Amino acid sequence: MNRTYELMFIVRPDMVEEEQDKLISTLETAVTSSGGNVKSVEKMGKRRLAYMVRRFHDGIYVLLTVEGGGGLIHELERRLRVTEPVIKFITVRIDEEQKRLDKIKAIRDAKRKTPPPAPVPEAGGETAEVTA
Amino acid sequence: MTEEIRATTAASSGGERPAGGDRPSGGDRPSFGDRPDRGERRPSRPGGPGGREGGRKYFRRKKVCKFCVEKIEAINYKDVRLLAQFVAESGKIVPRRLTGVCTPHQRRLSSAIKQARNIALLPFAGRAS
Repeated sequence: MNRTYELMFIVRPDMVEEEQDKLISTLETAVTSSGGNVKSVEKMGKRRLAYMVRRFHDGIYVLLTVEGGGGLIHELERRLRVTEPVIKFITVRIDEEQKRLDKIKAIRDAKRKTPPPAPVPEAGGETAEVTA
Repeated sequence: MTEEIRATTAASSGGERPAGGDRPSGGDRPSFGDRPDRGERRPSRPGGPGGREGGRKYFRRKKVCKFCVEKIEAINYKDVRLLAQFVAESGKIVPRRLTGVCTPHQRRLSSAIKQARNIALLPFAGRAS
């Protein structure tokens, strides 16, 4: 039951770099202790919020890609909710979407590969017929 | 189109043969007569079956799905630039009938926009301040 999730959360804009790293590392340990693994961590930096959240107009976005089960996500969300500087978060499951995209890509690649060789044998066959 | 012109010229020349017979000085007439004939035909054409330029008052271009045409399959909530194209000034999701996005893509688009709103990347209402 391994699923891939994307955890995006916003921390308050006045949070220092070290504290962010500390928060991220605690989340990472939480993930690994409950049997998941962190695929990537991306600090997207400070960004203007589209609307006011907890009296903040800006926020620091952090994106976490995590592999694991639903229990793990439950735990992570609980932690985020409890953590004071986190003002907003969203969890999105991405493995099924990724699977779909890979499938489409595979089909496209197959289509792209097949046409170039296909006309050549046909043309050769036609000419052979004509000459015969 | 060219066939029509040929047909008209043939008809006009056919009509002028007896006229030429009546008047010996009508040697220049076929070429002279053809030009105004064509000139008349042209404006009349758009109103008719040809109707390409300027004939109809509003010529509506066929809308096509941006995602199908540009082969964008990944509609992600993080891609604010892409999503913002389908959000009105008021923050509303622009309907399919205005943007021409196909149903499957609109479905994904709207869910992505809603996710983006949730994480304050897009506004629920009004412009992103």
